[in-house]
Amino acid sequence: MASETGIGASVKRKEDARFITGAGNYTDDINARGQTYAVFVRSPYARAIINGVDTTAAAATDGVVAVFTGADLAADEIGDLPCGWLVKSKDGSDMVAPPHPPIATQAVNYVGEPYAVVIGETLEAAKNGAEAVDGDFEVLPAVVDLATAAAADQIHESVPNNQAYDWELGDKAATDAAFDSAHHVATVDIVNNRLIPNAIEPRAALGEYDAAAGTYTLHTTSQNPHLERLVLAAFVNVAPEARLRVISPDVGGGFGSKIFVYSEETAVIWAAGKVRRPVKWCAERAESFLADAHGRDHLTTAQLALDADGKFLGLRVKTKANMGAYLSTFASSVPTYLYGTLMAGQYKTPAIYVEVQSLYTNTAPVDAYRGAGRPEATYVVERCVETAAREMGIDPAELRRRNFIQPGDFPYDTPVALTYDTGDYEASLDKALGHIDYAGFGVRREASESAGKKRGIGFSCYIEACGLAPSQVAISLGAGVGLFEVGEVRVDVTGSVTVVTGSHSHGQSHETTFAQIISDKLGVPFENVTVLHGDTGRSDYALGTYGSRSLAVGGSAIIKATDKIIAKGKKIAAHILEAEEDQVDFEDGTFTVVDSNQSLTFGEVAFAAYVPQNYPLQELEPGLSEKAFYDPPNFTYPAGAHICEVEVDPDTGVVDIVDFVAVDDFGHVVNPMIVEGQVHGGLAQGIGQALLEHGVYDNSGQLVSGSYMDYTMPRADDLPSFTVDTTVTPCTHNPLGVKGCGEAGAIGSTAAVMNAITDALGVASVPMPATPETVWRAASARDQAPKAPREGE
Amino acid sequence: MDITLTVNGAAKTVDVPDNALLVDVLRESLGLTGTHVGCDTSQCGACVVHMNGDAVKSCTVLAGQADGADVTTIEGIGNPDELHPMQEAFRDNHALQCGFCTPGMIMSAIDLVQKGGGSLDEATVRDGLEGNLCRCTGYHNIVKAVLAAQANM
Repeated sequence: MASETGIGASVKRKEDARFITGAGNYTDDINARGQTYAVFVRSPYARAIINGVDTTAAAATDGVVAVFTGADLAADEIGDLPCGWLVKSKDGSDMVAPPHPPIATQAVNYVGEPYAVVIGETLEAAKNGAEAVDGDFEVLPAVVDLATAAAADQIHESVPNNQAYDWELGDKAATDAAFDSAHHVATVDIVNNRLIPNAIEPRAALGEYDAAAGTYTLHTTSQNPHLERLVLAAFVNVAPEARLRVISPDVGGGFGSKIFVYSEETAVIWAAGKVRRPVKWCAERAESFLADAHGRDHLTTAQLALDADGKFLGLRVKTKANMGAYLSTFASSVPTYLYGTLMAGQYKTPAIYVEVQSLYTNTAPVDAYRGAGRPEATYVVERCVETAAREMGIDPAELRRRNFIQPGDFPYDTPVALTYDTGDYEASLDKALGHIDYAGFGVRREASESAGKKRGIGFSCYIEACGLAPSQVAISLGAGVGLFEVGEVRVDVTGSVTVVTGSHSHGQSHETTFAQIISDKLGVPFENVTVLHGDTGRSDYALGTYGSRSLAVGGSAIIKATDKIIAKGKKIAAHILEAEEDQVDFEDGTFTVVDSNQSLTFGEVAFAAYVPQNYPLQELEPGLSEKAFYDPPNFTYPAGAHICEVEVDPDTGVVDIVDFVAVDDFGHVVNPMIVEGQVHGGLAQGIGQALLEHGVYDNSGQLVSGSYMDYTMPRADDLPSFTVDTTVTPCTHNPLGVKGCGEAGAIGSTAAVMNAITDALGVASVPMPATPETVWRAASARDQAPKAPREGE
Repeated sequence: MDITLTVNGAAKTVDVPDNALLVDVLRESLGLTGTHVGCDTSQCGACVVHMNGDAVKSCTVLAGQADGADVTTIEGIGNPDELHPMQEAFRDNHALQCGFCTPGMIMSAIDLVQKGGGSLDEATVRDGLEGNLCRCTGYHNIVKAVLAAQANM
C-alpha cells in the first residue's frame, strides 16, 4: 500500500513528541522510593597488585550504607564477566581470556577499573565514602604499547605473551603465489586510532530487589536487555532469568558501547539484593571515558598485488588488535569475523590471507564501536587501492571499476568466507562521481592552488556484512548465542495493533519504522500502531540491536508475524463469508472473496477473533496475536561509494571538507528521512576518526584524552553538510529486501577523508587523526608520493 | 538553604544543599528531567536552559546563583499539542535521533535565533551550536532545523 505513512514514506517520527518536549524517559530520569546511590572506587593505576582494600573509614562515613569489594562479590559466588565469542588460533587452540571479576580482587589492570563500590544514602555521601576507601597497591610497570605488547611483561597469570589469539583467514599459499606473479605490490602501514564511543547519555543503572517475590529489576542503558539478563543470570549468577527483569527505557545513543555487560550494572543489581534497597548509578563523563569499552585500535601492514592492467591478484593483511585489559562481551569477534571476512571489499580479489594477533594491554577493554571491524577492514582495503592507483598511475575511480564484482557475478563467494547476495557497485560510484562533479575536480584543484591551498579528492568504496546473523554460521564460528530476532504482532479487539520487538531503539526510530511496516502490510492507520521494546518482561528472548540488524532481522520477524496474522485473518474471513480460505485475498486492510463483492475489514475480522460468535472455535483458537522468530539465512551486504573533497591550508595544516558525497545501497528503504539521518550520524563519526578523535594513553597507562577538553568530539562547526543519496539492489533473502543502514556512514567515510588528504598533500600517508599539527608536519616533510592522474587533467 | 526561583512561569521554593547545582534543582527537586546531564564539565550542552533570558549550562550554575532567577526549561517552551517553532522544526527536519542532547540543543538554538536577528546562515548556526554535542545526527539536520525555525520565530 503506497501511502503517506507506508513503506517508502518519510514519515515524521512517533518518538519525537516526547524527546522534543523533555518527556523522554532515560534511566537516570527514573527514581525508586528509598533509593541509594552507588559510587565506584576506581584504580588510579594501570597495573597493580591489590594487597588489600581497607573499607573501615568508608563504612564509617556519614550516610554510607555499605561498602563492597571484589571479595564480597566473590563470597556471594558472583561470577566473572564473560566474552561471548570463542575465537580459535591458527594452531586450533582456543583463545585465552583472563578472569574478569566485575569488581577487581587480586589486581587492577587499567586505570578506571573498579575495585570497590560504595552505597550511600545520597550521591554525596557515597562520594565521600569512596574518597575514604583505602586501597593498598603494589604498582607494576604498565603494558601500553600495542606494537611491543607480546614481548612485554605478562599482564595476566593465565595469558602467555599477552596474546588472546593468533587468528588467520584465507588461503596463504594461494595468496603467496599471487604475490609471486604480481606486476606491482602496493604496501600500506596503518594505525587505526583508538576511539572512545561517547554516547551523550552516560551509562546508568537502577537496581531493585523485591524481597517478598525474590525478584530483581534492573533498569539500565542497554542495547540488548535480554543479553544483559542472560549474562547476569547464566554467567554472573545474580539470579535465575525468571527472577530477573531487565528494562532498557529510552537510551541516549549506544554506537556499540551499550551492547556489553559491564561491571557497574552487575554490581548495582547485586548490591540492591544485599542492601535490600534500590541502588542507582549514573556514570560521570570521566567514568565513561575510562570505563566504557573503546573502539578500533589496530596496527596493520597490508599489501595489494596487482597485474600490469591493475587487476587485483592478492591481498595480504597482518594486524595486531588491542583488546585492552580484558576480553569484553564481543571483543574477540570484532577484529576477526567482522574484519577479516570483509577484506574482499567490493572487488574480485581472488586470493586473500589475513592474520590477526589480538593482545592484552593495560588499557580499557576494546570492543565493538559503530561498524565494529568493518571500518577497520574498509580502511585497509581502500587505503591499499588508493595507494596502488597512485603508484601505478591509474585513475583511482578507474582502478576500482576494473576490479568491481559485477552485477552478473552474484551470488558471489569471496575468498574470505562470505557470499554476497547482490549489489551494483559501479552504479553507486557513478552516482557519487556525478554528485561530486569529478570531471570538474581539476579546475577546482587549480583554483585552490592559485589561492595557496592544496585540494584533494578521496574515494572509499566500502562493503559491510550486516543483519547479524545466521545463527548456525555464527555459532559454528564461535558465537555463544543464536542471532535471530523475535517479533510479536498483537492485534487489539478494535483492530489497532501493538508490536513487541526484540530490537532496541536508542536513536534508530523503530517506533516509526516498524509502525510504517505494519500500517503498510495490515492497512491499519499508522497512528493506531504502537511499538514496544526494551523490556525482558514484555518480549520473548531477543537479541537486541547492533550490527545494523534491526530492520533486516527484527523487521523480518515482524513481517513473519504479520504474515501469520493475515493467514489467520483469511481463515476467519473465509468462515464468516462462507468461502474457501484460498478464495480470500487480503489487500489494503480488506479481506475479499475473489470475484465477489463480499469483504470484511481488518477491524471486523479482529473483532470477530475476540468476540467469537460466528467463528470456527473447533478449528481455530480465538484471538489475533502472533509471534515469530526470524533467523536470517545470510548476512546482508550494504555497500556504497563515499567521496570526500578537501582543501588543506599547508601553512596551518587545517583541513576543510569542502564536499562529502555518500551514495549507499541499503536495498529497499522504509523511511528515507530516517535512513539519511543514520548516514549523517555515521559520517560524523567516521570523519571524527579521520580528523579529530583519539584515545591516548601515556606510557604509564594514564588516559590523557579522558575528557571533552582533551578528546576532540566532532562539533557542529567541525563538519560540513553532506550530500547523501542511494542506489537500490534489494536484499535477496529477507522479506523486505532491506540491508541495514546504521553503520555505513562510519564504515565508508574514514578512508575517503584520509585518501583525500593524502591526495591533497601528495604524500603516501598521514596518520589519524589528521589534526592540523599532523597535517602540517606531513605537508612540510612530504615524501613526494606519486599523484593519480585524473580525467580532464 | 532555601532558594526561590521562577521555573517555566511558576514560582518555586526549594531547600537544597549549598553546593547544589541548578541542574540538580531542576532534575531532583522539581522533577524536570527533560534537562539532561551529559558531561558534568560544561562541555556537552545537554543541560542548557534559559536563565533570565540567556542560555546557560545548568550543570555549571550553582543553585544559589539562580536564587530569584527566571528559568525556562525544555518543559516550559511548548507541549505536544502546541509546540514551539524550534521544537516543530526539530521534528520536521529529523534533527534528533536518541533525543538525549535534544533539550539542550533546542534551548541553545532558541537563544541563538533570538539573538541572531534573523541573520543566521549555515556557518553562523554551526558556530553558534559549537557548545552542544550531538553524537547521532552529524548536525546536518540540526542546522537545517535551526534555519527553518528562524523563518518561523
